[in-house]
Amino acid sequence: MMQRRDVVKQLLENRGELLVIAGLGSTAWDITAAGDSPLSFPLWGAMGQAAMMGLGLALAQPQRRVLVITGDGEMLMGLGSLATIGVQQPTNLSIVVIDNERYGETGMQTTHTAHGVDLDAVARGCGFKPCSKELSSLRKAIHQQPGPNFAAIKVQAEKIPLVLPPREGALLKARFRRALLGSEADSI
Amino acid sequence: MWPEAIHRELAAARIRLVGYVPDAGHKRLIELCQSDKSMRAVVLSTEEEGIGLAAGAWLGGERSVLLMQSSGVGNVINALGTIKECRFPLVTIVTMRGEEGEFNPWQVPMGQATRTVLEAMGTVVHRPGTADEIAPTVNAALRLAYNSYASVAVLIPQRVIGIKSFQDQTTQVGQ
Repeated sequence: MMQRRDVVKQLLENRGELLVIAGLGSTAWDITAAGDSPLSFPLWGAMGQAAMMGLGLALAQPQRRVLVITGDGEMLMGLGSLATIGVQQPTNLSIVVIDNERYGETGMQTTHTAHGVDLDAVARGCGFKPCSKELSSLRKAIHQQPGPNFAAIKVQAEKIPLVLPPREGALLKARFRRALLGSEADSI
Repeated sequence: MWPEAIHRELAAARIRLVGYVPDAGHKRLIELCQSDKSMRAVVLSTEEEGIGLAAGAWLGGERSVLLMQSSGVGNVINALGTIKECRFPLVTIVTMRGEEGEFNPWQVPMGQATRTVLEAMGTVVHRPGTADEIAPTVNAALRLAYNSYASVAVLIPQRVIGIKSFQDQTTQVGQ
């Protein structure tokens, strides 16, 4: 089975203008290990909110591609947001769940996906477009395939060293808006 | 009418996204936002989703507003922590239940705790006393939020909304 850091690194290769939201916990450390960027917004809290932040961003920036990378536990806490996104059908939004079937930050307890819950099926039922799970095809879909796209990628359950992004929320917000909006960030 | 007046304030403030959980008190305002081509109304499955929606929109440079009933305030408590930590601007317009003349006892605990809960999480609470005060209060809330990066809630009193019984609510919905 694949290792989470390798999956995230491949998906973010040559990311270009891609805007990235990462859910609380391991996926926030994964995107940082792949290379911190001002156009990444790693969540240190707000469990269950990553997908909705992706929707708000995708609707505000229809010309840009938006990727939400999150964990299975974080996605399960915001399952209703898949239905909400399905109603809006943002073509520029993709959600990738890095699914280790564990709550990695709290002691590796199993999540619902370890017991048969199929996040791909839930997303499909909400109106998401399925994606290839082969990583180079998935990366291409994130950049080009009309969404909303969804893929859950099974990875090894492993404890690996943390690679931490900046912690301060206001800083993460301000650097993201400056990088995306330029000087207009201060006058909207 | 106050829903029309709120809608004019939202349009003037360049609000582009309107997250909402359906609510009888907000019925007219939701319809006005849905039919306004400069706005996108996003129906939510729970109020908490609206916090992420507003935060994501602001990251992308758009202004939004969140509409809910007082019972929904209980669903957003932890998410308001993110708003505070990141200093996201947020305007929430709350129609009150569980106060003057409430007929459903199950609405009373959250209705009575609404202001306390919002203030505990760092949200500034405005409460207009009459229908005429609602639009100026929303105007002030929009300016405070978007000029000062604050989280602001406007509580519309149940007395102003005027739903007194299940019968009234059924009639309003049927119209």
